[in-house]
Amino acid sequence: MSSVISEIRKDFIYNLLIKGERVDGRAFDQYREISIERDVIRKAEGSALVKLGSSQVLVGVKMQPGEPFPDTPNRGVIITNAELVPLASPSFEPGPPNEVGIELARVVDRGVRESKAVDLEALCIVPGKQVWIIFIDVHILDDCGNILDAASLGAIAALLSTRVPASKFGLGEDYMLPVNDIPVATTAIEFSDVLMFDPGVDEESIANTKLTVITTAKGEICGMQKSGKGLLKPEQIYRIVDIACEKAREIREKFLEA
Amino acid sequence: MIAMDKSDISFFKDGLRLDGRRADQLRPIRIEVGVLARADGSCYIEMGGNKVIAAVYGPREVHPRHLQEVTRAIVRYRYNMASFSVEERKRPGPDRRSYELSKVSREALEPVILTSYFPRSVIDVFVEVLQADAGTRTAGINAAAVALADAGIPMRSMISSCAAGKVADTIVLDPMKEEDNFGQADLPIAMTPGGDITLMQMDGGLSPDEFHQAVEMAMKGARDIYEMQRTALVEKYGRLEAPTIEVSACE
Repeated sequence: MSSVISEIRKDFIYNLLIKGERVDGRAFDQYREISIERDVIRKAEGSALVKLGSSQVLVGVKMQPGEPFPDTPNRGVIITNAELVPLASPSFEPGPPNEVGIELARVVDRGVRESKAVDLEALCIVPGKQVWIIFIDVHILDDCGNILDAASLGAIAALLSTRVPASKFGLGEDYMLPVNDIPVATTAIEFSDVLMFDPGVDEESIANTKLTVITTAKGEICGMQKSGKGLLKPEQIYRIVDIACEKAREIREKFLEA
Repeated sequence: MIAMDKSDISFFKDGLRLDGRRADQLRPIRIEVGVLARADGSCYIEMGGNKVIAAVYGPREVHPRHLQEVTRAIVRYRYNMASFSVEERKRPGPDRRSYELSKVSREALEPVILTSYFPRSVIDVFVEVLQADAGTRTAGINAAAVALADAGIPMRSMISSCAAGKVADTIVLDPMKEEDNFGQADLPIAMTPGGDITLMQMDGGLSPDEFHQAVEMAMKGARDIYEMQRTALVEKYGRLEAPTIEVSACE
């Protein structure tokens, strides 16, 4: 919603939309082509390159032993960070993460955390002293819209390919990180009463509101985020949730369960 | 990480290096042009275990404005490592090393960019190291030079970059991780195809004779890389047809 878009282009998208069409010919609830390539970074314990249309997001997972938080002495720690590097978009600037980057990282984190995809108690090494710390680093490479869904897909795909580097730290043999759930985030935008899923970068920039719904493999909702300054009616939210559950199931079955 | 003693490593086996290369051999290189949709120009390069992506934006308006120059474009170069690109997770954001590498890399490219064509503007070069395996600055410069060409930035020539090193008293081309960490010297250079040097750094210890030999070797490596950069660009642009009648905007 930050990028510059000409009034003419805006008009063009709006007029198409009234006719029930989108710029790239997709249906309103249709995702762009998705591809997920796992284990692309050898130096990371787990990694995934997600392409959602032309959007590209690389997620790397690193693990190392460290101290637990005092209030959860028996649980591992997940730290999620997102870099909206200026390489990915003319509107991204160098510097520490801004509110957009922080929101993105936190919503990705929410999906992983609230779905209990990672059994944090299994990541305890010595109670109160040493636990595994999982760093999920999201690197946006090309922002052609909806990088949040791509990042969230990348995070779970990277976790699914993560090997716990126990031998590197003298803690026994390496093993695959146990992953118990596959949360999938689906995002829709609202623009003059029309709902569109998987918005492209132009669609994002004309949208008033964006709603992200994260669902678990069981079809439960485990996280949501509304962003943007527009309004949503309850009926619109219910509709987004219904379609989101359906879309998430399709994506999960096709790309993540194997 | 576990510290390793220098004496623990033998760098040569039957006259070949740890990864089976001869002393004067480059690691495998793969170059892809135009890999990003949003950037004006981009390039992805793999040099051995290095995976580096470069994007060019511009010429565009300068922000903050006080940086702009009335007679020419300014060039900015940002070298950045992904947190997961190295063995031990790197804290995100710039550090002293990346500031220095950004500076010398910018200065390696600036001499060939025709900046006077674009007064009061900026040409931004962003380099992201996705996987590091010794020689990321040279890989970054190689990718950046191709990305500049892909962005259609007028340049006097290409820039190609390569390092030579010294391990076990032998001069080697394009040192890999082990040779870089436990070797005796490292000498990265960048140059034009004509042989003008635009980047020169060195650390370690070399005799003047060894230095000569290392420079010659690195220059030969850079010349080979130039051919690959050229091939990658010709492969993309050689296929394009000139626009015939008209280019229509969105309907």
